[in-house]
Amino acid sequence: MSREVYERLVEEFPETSLEYLEGKDPAISVKADDLFEVARHLKEKQGYDYLSAVTGVDYPDRFEVIYHLYSMKEGPGPLILKVSASKEQPEVPSLVSLWPGANFQEREVYDLMGIRFAGHPDLKRILLWEGYEGHPLRKDFPIEGYQTIGQEESS
Amino acid sequence: MTEEEHIAEQIRRNVIITTIDKIYNWGRRSSVWPMGFGLACCAFEMICAAASRFDFARFGMEMMRPTPRQADLLIVSGTVTKKMAPQVVRLYDQMPEPKYVLAMGACAISGGPFKDTYNAVNGIDTYLPVDVYVPGCPPRPEALLEGFIKLHQMIEGQTILTSPWYRKEVEREMPVPILGPRGLVLPGEGHE
Amino acid sequence: MQTVETRLRTETITLNMGPQHPSTHGVFRMIITLDGETIVDLEPVMGYLHRCQEKIGERNTYLQNIPYTDRLDYICSMSNNLAYVMAVEKLAQIEVPERAEYIRIIMVELTRIVNHAVAIGALLNDLGCFFTPMLYALEERERILDLFEMASGSRMMCNYMRFGGVRYDLPPGFMPELKSVVAALPDFIDEFERLLTDNEIVRIRCQGVGILPPDVAVGYSCTGPLLRASGVDYDIRKVDSYSIYDRFDFDVPLGTNYDVYDRYLVRIGEMRQSVRILEQAIEQIPEGEVSVKLPRVFKPPEGDVYHRIESPKGELGFYLVSDGSTNPYRYKIRSPTFINLIVLPELCKGHKVADVVAILGSIDIVLGEVDR
Repeated sequence: MSREVYERLVEEFPETSLEYLEGKDPAISVKADDLFEVARHLKEKQGYDYLSAVTGVDYPDRFEVIYHLYSMKEGPGPLILKVSASKEQPEVPSLVSLWPGANFQEREVYDLMGIRFAGHPDLKRILLWEGYEGHPLRKDFPIEGYQTIGQEESS
Repeated sequence: MTEEEHIAEQIRRNVIITTIDKIYNWGRRSSVWPMGFGLACCAFEMICAAASRFDFARFGMEMMRPTPRQADLLIVSGTVTKKMAPQVVRLYDQMPEPKYVLAMGACAISGGPFKDTYNAVNGIDTYLPVDVYVPGCPPRPEALLEGFIKLHQMIEGQTILTSPWYRKEVEREMPVPILGPRGLVLPGEGHE
Repeated sequence: MQTVETRLRTETITLNMGPQHPSTHGVFRMIITLDGETIVDLEPVMGYLHRCQEKIGERNTYLQNIPYTDRLDYICSMSNNLAYVMAVEKLAQIEVPERAEYIRIIMVELTRIVNHAVAIGALLNDLGCFFTPMLYALEERERILDLFEMASGSRMMCNYMRFGGVRYDLPPGFMPELKSVVAALPDFIDEFERLLTDNEIVRIRCQGVGILPPDVAVGYSCTGPLLRASGVDYDIRKVDSYSIYDRFDFDVPLGTNYDVYDRYLVRIGEMRQSVRILEQAIEQIPEGEVSVKLPRVFKPPEGDVYHRIESPKGELGFYLVSDGSTNPYRYKIRSPTFINLIVLPELCKGHKVADVVAILGSIDIVLGEVDR
């Protein structure tokens, strides 16, 4: 099913670079600049009205943001979009204006991974407190954190 | 005073104190009011201990007060995280004397399965004086009742002569930690 | 009588329903902006129980992660186990024997009944009916927890499912006890309904409060009973048909007025449907193996998968990225209650503070899952 959606997307956006990735869950790879237009086309023309999950992954050479989209009317099977962002200045356009359910999820990806979302109405930390330094889910952040008084005293 | 008179004076004073102690402690231990303060999974076993199968109303403890100003016992049930620790200490400071703390579950005793992570505190006894520890993950309601019985035995063994809340020189207010950029900082100390 | 409009300068108050509150179902904070008694804005603040589960998931091996999934939504530990175990089975392509599938379905449906009973009890606790419906719900829950203890050894943190089946087979006394519990459940649900459904106070406080239209619900990614009470027919057990749900015959209750009262009725309806599934599973369960032999050092192939199930609170999904080693490279939990909370400010605008408590109770949050 994702194959047909991919073909239709290639027809609609001939100058954008889209790639079809094989695997257990086939995915479509999009560039960050074209993401908003492709997402709007998928929502309004192809009927993908339900955004299930927004995930950030820290690979050795890049960051990646993965969107899982479902359609309420058509059959099962997610449509997966993968967007890459650079390591130095990770930034991806925000999809809150299309799917309001992306609000807290994008804030969480910003909080734990450090990927900024351009156009988000209120991008601030959600799980850790304001003023915390560092993004814990990155691979170079140790699991014990950097400094705590409690651990020094009780160990 | 001669030695015999001194000893007789001591015995007379202690006999009065033991009777007063007995009545004072009996009143206190028969109606310990816990504060309803559940943090995580252990809170659910605490609610089960309050329900009809493992009733703790038979110990006089059914009045779970939502406010710290009317409670005697703070049951810390669940993982204490760094974001929540200032609130726990502040609630402890707001409780009137005499007050006790019961650490329920592995997370409150020493961090539990989430020990040594960037947001979990390794046990609430880093910031508060704990009286009874109830281990388990989560402890069964019967284990929590055993913890309460130990607390009652401890209360019965206390005496007014040496109780810390009537002595001016003992500091019972705990300092509230502050959320710093990398963790919790106690006031007055710098970063290490 | 004519009213005269004066130019009064009014200000809004900020009220903090703090992390320690009897009605917030755990350590959850809401900053409410009030104009008189009416709510103008609401900001939820969470993270007070953030226990770093995703980072711990990367440190552990695949098998070591199963007890940590128990502690996500700590009331429904069996369904959390199932979601994670099915995601890894999809990644490594492991087949599950028949008897194990039936045992899994029995455990998950019992969990669904426990969760909905406790959710209704907690909702009524918050409305002011302090503890009586909760005591009825907890009494039934104790009977079901005895069954869990018989099968897995622990009441709450069961840690029962494994890759390719379940850990132990059912002990000999389990099936007769299960049959007697399931036979007593319809009477329990009837008693609950008799006490609550036509109760005048429940009706006045719950009808017309927190109305969520269906297109708003879908846009805000709501799932579970919250979505079905808004009239959208989307149950992942029917849509994805994972495990062996296509062999059972059950309906999906929907709501018509989209308010708190409908969410309560949907939960009662789902409890009845779970009893139907349990009766069918008890009849159909075969004999056989309950687990599959796996290599000692478990290394699934490279790739990434996303698998979701219909947990009692909504769509629980796990997204795993594997790089061929013993630990996951990325372990992400799609938690239903965290995403259902996005719609809370929309639902509460225009209501009073007492209604916030009812609306939050109808969304049915558990902080272990919101904050992970």
